[in-house]
Formats: sequence, C-alpha cells, structure tokens
Amino acid sequence: MATASRSVPGPAAFQRRGRVRPGDAILYFVTLLAALTAVVLLALIAREVLADAWPAMKAYGLGFLTATDWDPNKKLFGAGTFIFGTAVTSLGALLLAAPISIAIALFMTELAPGWIRAIIGPLVEMLAAVPSVVLGLWGILVLGPFIVSTLGPAIHGSLGWIPIFGTEPNVGSSMFAAILILTIMMVPIISSICRELFLGVPQELKEGALALGATRWEVVRGVVFPYARAGIAAALILGLGRGLGEAIAVTQVIGNNVAMPTSLFEPGDTLASRIASQYQGADYAIQVSSLVYLAVILLVFSLAVNVLAQIIVRRVAGRHRVS
Amino acid sequence: MSAQPSTADLFKAERIGRRRLVNRLVELAATAAALLAVAVLAIVVASVAKRGAGAINLDFLTKPPALNTGFGEPQPSGIADALIGTAIIVGLATLMALPIGVLAAIYLNEFAPRRLSAVLTLALDVLNGVPAIVIGIFVFVFLVSGHGQAGWKGAFALGILMLPMVARATQEVLALVPNSLREASLALGAAKWRTTLSVVLPQTVGGIVTGATLAVARVAGETAPLLFTSSLISNEIDTNPKDALASIPMFIFTSAEQADPTLHEQAWGAALVLIGFVLVTSLLARAFAARSRQRLAGER
Repeated sequence: MATASRSVPGPAAFQRRGRVRPGDAILYFVTLLAALTAVVLLALIAREVLADAWPAMKAYGLGFLTATDWDPNKKLFGAGTFIFGTAVTSLGALLLAAPISIAIALFMTELAPGWIRAIIGPLVEMLAAVPSVVLGLWGILVLGPFIVSTLGPAIHGSLGWIPIFGTEPNVGSSMFAAILILTIMMVPIISSICRELFLGVPQELKEGALALGATRWEVVRGVVFPYARAGIAAALILGLGRGLGEAIAVTQVIGNNVAMPTSLFEPGDTLASRIASQYQGADYAIQVSSLVYLAVILLVFSLAVNVLAQIIVRRVAGRHRVS
Repeated sequence: MSAQPSTADLFKAERIGRRRLVNRLVELAATAAALLAVAVLAIVVASVAKRGAGAINLDFLTKPPALNTGFGEPQPSGIADALIGTAIIVGLATLMALPIGVLAAIYLNEFAPRRLSAVLTLALDVLNGVPAIVIGIFVFVFLVSGHGQAGWKGAFALGILMLPMVARATQEVLALVPNSLREASLALGAAKWRTTLSVVLPQTVGGIVTGATLAVARVAGETAPLLFTSSLISNEIDTNPKDALASIPMFIFTSAEQADPTLHEQAWGAALVLIGFVLVTSLLARAFAARSRQRLAGER
C-alpha cells in the first residue's frame, strides 16, 4: 500500500502555507468523489434491493427462509430449498477444492522446479478466466452425460450405502454436477492465494526445520501451515464466497428443481441459480419481490463471508508488516 | 551425547523409512493435484475447440441469427449481433469504470489519510465480492423495472463489476512509483496536482492498461448482470445502446437451454470465440504486467 505517499502533504498542509492551490483542491475533491463511489454503490444496492424485497418480506416474514414452496400459481414462495442447495453445493465444492488447491499451492512453492512453475502457474490462473457460461455449457453437454454414464454409477455402486449417493444418477442435471463445476471455479482462486501465502513464509524458518532433519512434508506441516493458517482460512472463505454467488454455471447444470433433493444425484437449486433461471419474467409482483428477497438473502450471505475474509486478510498483512 | 530426547526420537532408524514414505506420498499427491487442474483446463478448452471449430466460418461471424423454420433453403445464421452488442456494452462499461476507478485509486494512494484509505479500500473489496447476479438484480430494480431493458443498463451493471478491479490494479501500481519522484517534483515547485497528473500517473499507465484489460476480459464473459438488463433482444443487428443489445454470453446461455442441436453447435462456436478472446487477452495482459512491473521495481 501507499506507505510511500504518506510523507507527501495532504490538503491540510497546503492550507497551512496560507494559500490553497485551486488545482490541488479540484483534484482532491474529484478523486474523493470517485473514491466514495464504491461506498455509495454498496449503500444504493442495499437500499434498492431491500425496498423491492419489502412486499415479499412483509408477506412471508422470516418463514420465507424455511418454506420450501415456489409455486407462482398459489403465490406461495419460500427460500428453504435454495438456501439448502446453496449451502450443500458451496460447502461440498469447498470440501473438494480445499485439499486440491492447497496441494497445488504446495506443488508450486515447494516442489516444482522454476520452469514448471512458470508454466503451471499461468495455466491454473487461466482456469479462473474461463467464463462461467462456457463452463456451464461444458457442464450440461459434456460433464452431465459423463456423470450419468460413468462417474455417477461408479460412485453410486461403491458408496451408494451413504445416503447422499443413495439414488440412481439418471439425469445429467444434479447437485453433484453443480458441486464439480463450483470446485473447478474455486480451485484457481484458493490455490493462487495460498501460493502467495506459502511464498511469504520466511526462508530461514524452513531452512531451520530442514537443518533439524525434517522432511519436506514435515517442514510444510510444522512451519508452512502454522505460519499461513489464518491466510488459508481467508482463502477458503473467499472461495466459499465465489461458490455462494455463482448463478449462471450453476443454473445451467443443477436442474432448477424446487423439490428438496434427497441425494446429490438429484436436481436441486440454489439462491443465485433460482434468480437467474427466472430472468424471462415473473407473472406477479409478489413473485418479482420474492426473487429480490432471494437476492437480499444472497447479499447478506456474501457480505458476511467477504467482510470476514477481508478482515482476516488485513490482519495477516498487518502482522507481516510488523515482523 | 547431549542431543535432546525428541531430536533423538526423530532420527530413530525405524522411523526414518516411514517419514520418507509419508513425505513421498504427499509429494505425489501435490503433483497429482497440479496435473489434475491442468488436465481439467485442457479438457474444457479441448471440448470447446473440438465442438466449436465446426461452427465458425465467415457467415457465423458476420451474419445475424436467422430464423430457420425448416421450410426452404436454410439461411446462414451467425452471431454478428452478439459480437457487436458485446463490444458496445463492454466498451460503455469501460468508459464508466476506468476513469472513476483510476481517480478513486489516486485519492486512496495520494491524498487519503491512512484510516480513511483503509475503510474505502475495504469497501472496494466488499463491492468486488458482491455476486454478479445481485448486481444484475440491483440494476433491474434500480433502472430497468418499469422502464425497460437497455444496453447501457447492462453496461452499468458490468461497470460496477469492473470498478473495484480497475481501482485495485491502479492502487497497486501507484504504490510502486518511487517516492523520490514525487519529492523531486514537489521540490522543483510543482503543485501537488501537477505532480500527480504529470509525474506520478504517467509511470503507471502500463499497469492501468493491464488492469483494465484484465477487467475487460473478465466482464466480457459475464452473463448474470445482463440477464435482467439486456436480454430481450430483436433478431437484427442493433447498435443503439438505448435498446436491449445481444451479447455473446447471453447467446451461449439461451442457445444451450434449447433442445435444437444446431443451436448447441452455435453455442459451442460462440463459446470458442469468447474463450479465445478471454484467454488471449488475459495472457497478453499478464505478460505485459510482468514486464512493466519488473521495470518499475528495477527503477527503485
């Protein structure tokens, strides 16, 4: 950050000298206005979304959070299935993405020779650049059929006694497909943050452990992980935030089913995906308002997740600056 | 021997084999994870290329979509309207987000007191974490509901996504500009605004261009903000941003939902165009960023 520019005097200083340069004042206020845009937008987003969700909030109250209907004909709306679907798909994806991402970061910082690192690093980041609509297209037309024909039966056959794999994988659109797609989206985010964290571990600590006879894994477990622990937590939370908010790719592969799924091989829906799937218009004002209510819930979730992660990131960065 | 007992334990002969084995297994697992990620990228890109290449020809890129009803000779159908629409929407979004983002970064790095700068930077990061679909819904209730969709409203939504990316990228390069430059300029009697605009800012142009290019590559593939703001389109080439404009991501999204296999092929073709654009631009931007960062760091 701009520790460098702190010594340059601010507006108070040019007043002290008895005259304010008009150019300075203009640039100061123009840039101040621009810097306030983000805060203004956040406030505006919260206000507008809350205002339009208000009719549904008044009509359904907090019962909306647990109700599992979404029936425009009966004008019954609830977010229960979608909150459940959001939680299951993002946590499931995080469960897969966390070990893979941390392992990739370890490979790139501790194992790979420089030239391999120079190839794999950009490749993993390119995975993050694949637009979600393209990943969703691939998910519905390639991954879905593959789950039905090969992957699903294999998992159902060997692990079918666990209830979450308990039904036959008959349809390509499923919670399971959404989990895999979200995993692909989370891995580049988490692994690139973890790589930065692992690179920040002081070399002398690692060398000290190596000199004591520790193997590479013992160095990682005893030095790298404890040192980067808070940062890894923040990376995982940011990955979770990515999963919570993804609308397009999930809506393409999850099947948009309102009934509560009983196994991962059944279709379901998430908050973001339900909103996206209704884009062609809602029939009643209360339905639009209910959709915006879903957006409010999603906004609350993602704000909580992001603020938490950013606070951890800042605390970690502060600690590193002190040491 | 004066070695501590714990150290002696570590070196017991019967444990070293097990420790080496565990170490080896973890190394293998880490390598496998990295290969898996690269393999997934290769599989996705290869399936898009394989299925999309057949759809791409001159007509596909220069003709608007044709309504082939099955009677008579099928007309050549393309995505020209979506290409033009995406260019207009993303261009407008950049026009909105780039100046505000750069000016915001100048305030945060050159003027703001430390506390305020931290709070406003947090606001940028939080805005960056708001899901794209929520931004889409926000623009829908704020501008579209009751007034109708428009290309510029879609651009406004994409601009909100771009703003934190541009501002944070600019902040990063501003922090790399050596303070001695600012001090030299001020010591020569230049005003603060002059120093900022003619001495500091020119140093950061490369970094800002890189940041803006990465942001363009990212939002060019965004669908969620356009669903509610620029999706109800006509089948003609339209360049008026007051109308709802077609876009590549929306075309892929709607075509993939149809059962028609020719539309699937077109969706793959459009996906290949989009993925090619996004990957090439972000790779170029990254290569350029690495070079200009080295130069700035070298000058320190």
